[in-house]
Amino acid sequence: MCLGVPGKIVEIYEQGGLHMGRVDFGGVFREACLDYVPEAKAGEYCVIHVGFAISLLSEKEAMETLDLFKQISDIEEELGPGAAPASV
Amino acid sequence: MKYVDEYRDAAQVRSVIEEIRHTVTRRWTLMEICGGQTHAIVRHGIDQLLPPEIELVHGPGCPVCVTPLELVDKALVIASQPDVIFCSYGDMLRVPGSGRDLFSVKAQGGDIRVVYSPLDAVKIAGQNPDKQVVFFAIGFETTAPPNVMSVLQAQRLGLTNYTMLVSHVRVPPAIRAILSSPQNRVQGFLLAGHVSAVMGYWEYPSLVEEFKVPMAVTGFEPLDIVKGILAAVQLLEAGRMEVVNAYSRAVTLEGNQPAQKTIEKVFMECDRKWRGIGMIPMSGWRLRPEFDLFDAEKRFDVETIQTDESPLCIAGQILQGLKKPQECSAFGTLCTPERPLGATMVSSEGACAAYYRYGRVEIQHQVKQS
Ligand code: SF4
Repeated sequence: MCLGVPGKIVEIYEQGGLHMGRVDFGGVFREACLDYVPEAKAGEYCVIHVGFAISLLSEKEAMETLDLFKQISDIEEELGPGAAPASV
Repeated sequence: MKYVDEYRDAAQVRSVIEEIRHTVTRRWTLMEICGGQTHAIVRHGIDQLLPPEIELVHGPGCPVCVTPLELVDKALVIASQPDVIFCSYGDMLRVPGSGRDLFSVKAQGGDIRVVYSPLDAVKIAGQNPDKQVVFFAIGFETTAPPNVMSVLQAQRLGLTNYTMLVSHVRVPPAIRAILSSPQNRVQGFLLAGHVSAVMGYWEYPSLVEEFKVPMAVTGFEPLDIVKGILAAVQLLEAGRMEVVNAYSRAVTLEGNQPAQKTIEKVFMECDRKWRGIGMIPMSGWRLRPEFDLFDAEKRFDVETIQTDESPLCIAGQILQGLKKPQECSAFGTLCTPERPLGATMVSSEGACAAYYRYGRVEIQHQVKQS
């Protein structure tokens, strides 16, 4: 039940007093309430959970994490599996 | 899909696991709090790829599993009433109460509807002014913002036929209960990523300080999970008692402020029973008295309920990381997803269901034979 999924906000509108958005989940579109991410803009990604955006995803943090993974796999490639501890 | 595919790369997962192997020098027991992570771990076989020094035990973060039997039974009584439309997240329908479940109430003519969002239940209330619409508001901190918003929305729309049966639980008191137990084996925690997206992780440093266990905020994709494990192992090996954020694209220290403020406005902390575990002080949320009109326990007379739990079910011990599903004598025999004895076999986040679904039955038999 805590499995929020990332989606891309494609459109923002008001409905019944709520801040709503149309969200693209890789080609499947659903409506979500955006009241908890008032700063969100169309084109941004957020974690959607039971019809609510609960967190905006940070592009910068995502890039940094992926860079870090890349560094780890580069080290593994150089040393090969089972090599001595690279760094702690 | 962006933010998904790049975190499922098998080669990257393997190299992070290799990094864990380089880092670990002794045995460590880690607990992933969240049942969604338990499923991802078992599904992708991450626990079996890890070096043998690292044991993952599964935590209580399965809302369906810990919803107390009394409240499931109350739901069954309310849902059976003729003027009620009972709305629930789908997972709750097959959760055994004392003797029956919501599905069987539905089969006997109860108007039970599965909703995707609590706002759908509010919509149903608006469309059915002559019915009482009750939403089964279960969950951890992640479902709290949606659930409280449904109450505010019903209030805004002037609906008098919408109530919630509230069974909300919170992670930090559960961690405290696990760490306070004399049987505790957990040395480090993977904190639930989406709970932290809502609440931030400012509540945890004091627990880390008090119990000397490090924690890593962890996401849900395979790469996120191994990254969380690596972070926890690095802290343990270095003897650093800290909280680190290994899911920074979705989680900040302070969390989602508008969501926390709205929860605070509608809910207040309360003692809560956890199914199989028992009462954990101040571990729940309930509606504030100002919202009594939206409280199903106030609207319906469901006070005197006798509960009856299967004596075989050891889900409470599994949810505290003390046992694994295959140690239950009913696992896969008397208890299956088709005929569950306990909620942990039903839920898409329950550890028993994960072990059953991803074939850990056979593995266990093989281990026993060898
Ligand atoms: S296998 Fe079934 S009976 Fe055993 S602990 Fe899990 S849910 Fe309970």
